[in-house]
Amino acid sequence: MTAHNDTAAANLAEDRDAAQRAQSELVEEFAFFDDWTERYRHIIDMGKALPELEDNEKIDDNLVRGCQSQVWFVLEKDAEGRLMIRATSDAMIVKGLIAMLLRVYNGRLSQTIANTPPDFIEALGLQAHLSPTRNNGLLSMVKRLQAAAAAD
Amino acid sequence: MSHNAPYDVQAVRADFPVFEQSINGKPLAYLDSAASAQKPRQVIEAMSDFMRHDYANVHRGLHTLSMRSTDAYEAARARVARFLNAGEREIVFTKGATDAINLVAATFGRHVMAPGKAVMISAFEHHANIVPWQMLAQERGFELLVIPHDDAGVLDQDWYARMLSEKDVGLVAVAHVSNVLGTVNPVKAMIERAHEHDVPVLLDACQSVTHFSVDVKALDVDFLAFSAHKLYGPTGLGILYGKSKWLNAMPPYQGGGDMIDQVRFEGTTYAEPPLRFEAGTPAIIETVGLTAALDWVDQVGMDKIAEHEAALLAYATHKAEAFQGMQIIGQAPNKVSVLSFHFDDMHAHDLSTILDQFGVAVRAGHHCAQPLMERYGVTATARASFAAYSTFEEVDQLFDALALARDMLG
Repeated sequence: MTAHNDTAAANLAEDRDAAQRAQSELVEEFAFFDDWTERYRHIIDMGKALPELEDNEKIDDNLVRGCQSQVWFVLEKDAEGRLMIRATSDAMIVKGLIAMLLRVYNGRLSQTIANTPPDFIEALGLQAHLSPTRNNGLLSMVKRLQAAAAAD
Repeated sequence: MSHNAPYDVQAVRADFPVFEQSINGKPLAYLDSAASAQKPRQVIEAMSDFMRHDYANVHRGLHTLSMRSTDAYEAARARVARFLNAGEREIVFTKGATDAINLVAATFGRHVMAPGKAVMISAFEHHANIVPWQMLAQERGFELLVIPHDDAGVLDQDWYARMLSEKDVGLVAVAHVSNVLGTVNPVKAMIERAHEHDVPVLLDACQSVTHFSVDVKALDVDFLAFSAHKLYGPTGLGILYGKSKWLNAMPPYQGGGDMIDQVRFEGTTYAEPPLRFEAGTPAIIETVGLTAALDWVDQVGMDKIAEHEAALLAYATHKAEAFQGMQIIGQAPNKVSVLSFHFDDMHAHDLSTILDQFGVAVRAGHHCAQPLMERYGVTATARASFAAYSTFEEVDQLFDALALARDMLG
């Protein structure tokens, strides 16, 4: 193995750990809340803090299909091959979910995105608490990220 | 319930087992009856008893169960005919209201429509009364005319009259009641006007037969479609009423068993209506459920249900007008049962998520009426809708939940 490959492997391991850590932190954060109103308030607060996209970025090409509310993703890879994600929705709770996805996946390497399933969704009980269509929306979002990460 | 007794909604509600549960620790406030109504135990039991004791295929055998099933199936047809004041042979069982409209498009429509002609619908149709005509218009090369409406949700009758005079209209296909706005269209006058030009009229009655008595003879309507599941009956069953003069002239819809007279490889002759349009084994058990549902509605009294729902709508509308930032979509003078609303600063999906945590079920989205959403410049609305079992407490629960949502999202 060359030094270059060693560095790449180390980078990838660190990247994966960071993604897993972000998921664990989310789960820990939510453990503080006793009832659903607090949990949703926290999701809504994260949504409010999410930077908005420009109007000219909220176009059909950036729409994620399979979401009942409107969700737009602007995805770019930087020189290192990390996926830079900017995204928003017209629904506040969905924006909060996007903010959580960003904490896990934004700026990560392709392999990390491909190999890190969004376990936090179930761990937070969002699977049960969010309506099925919205859950499909979340899954559609993750699929969109994975597809973008896999593309050159 | 005696004839003059006040409406006892708790007694009505007690017929619905679904309300014996709580959702997320709260009593269930089911305000989505316009999407589909809950089922009384009379319907559930009728279907279950039928499956236990009487079920077999219909119009097939001479054995006891086949005859019992055939009797029950044809009794359901007679029951629906009585419900609509129609003739028995004018009632066709379909898979649903959507299927009923598609049946008319595929048979009557394909037969009558040609380039240069037009089908007229309204701007607040359900997709089920838009897409079949669009598909047929593409196939046959005719024009689709869309009756506009004002902000309150009232159709432009002058425009309608003008188009009937100016264009070669082959069919008018409109909603009796809008599923989003609740507008009750003046269909008797619209049908009269269409008939002055010899134009037949199809009514999408999904949202009307559930809220008031509909008499096809008094309306003189040509076709009428509705679904059983919105009328306290089961899913998978729709009704098409068609005047005999049309049904007799119409070619078959789908080919298969039960719709034939004689089958030979050289050519097949078809059964008389309504069986001509009922290919294959129909939704037999569901028709038994529908009979029970119609009996249940009769027993409670459609007029009493209508009065109760009107009181609920007035109460909810009053609360909505006082609620900060709430815009009511659909304010026609004559409307029933639905309260659609929109907030500039709260998305319908956020609302319905929070409302669900509060045990409140409302519809959020485009309600299968995307052109209508565009008309009001919104992508989604929330809709509360009422039925025989809805209560004033449920309306209160809705507004308490909305206040909480306002607090959380604001």
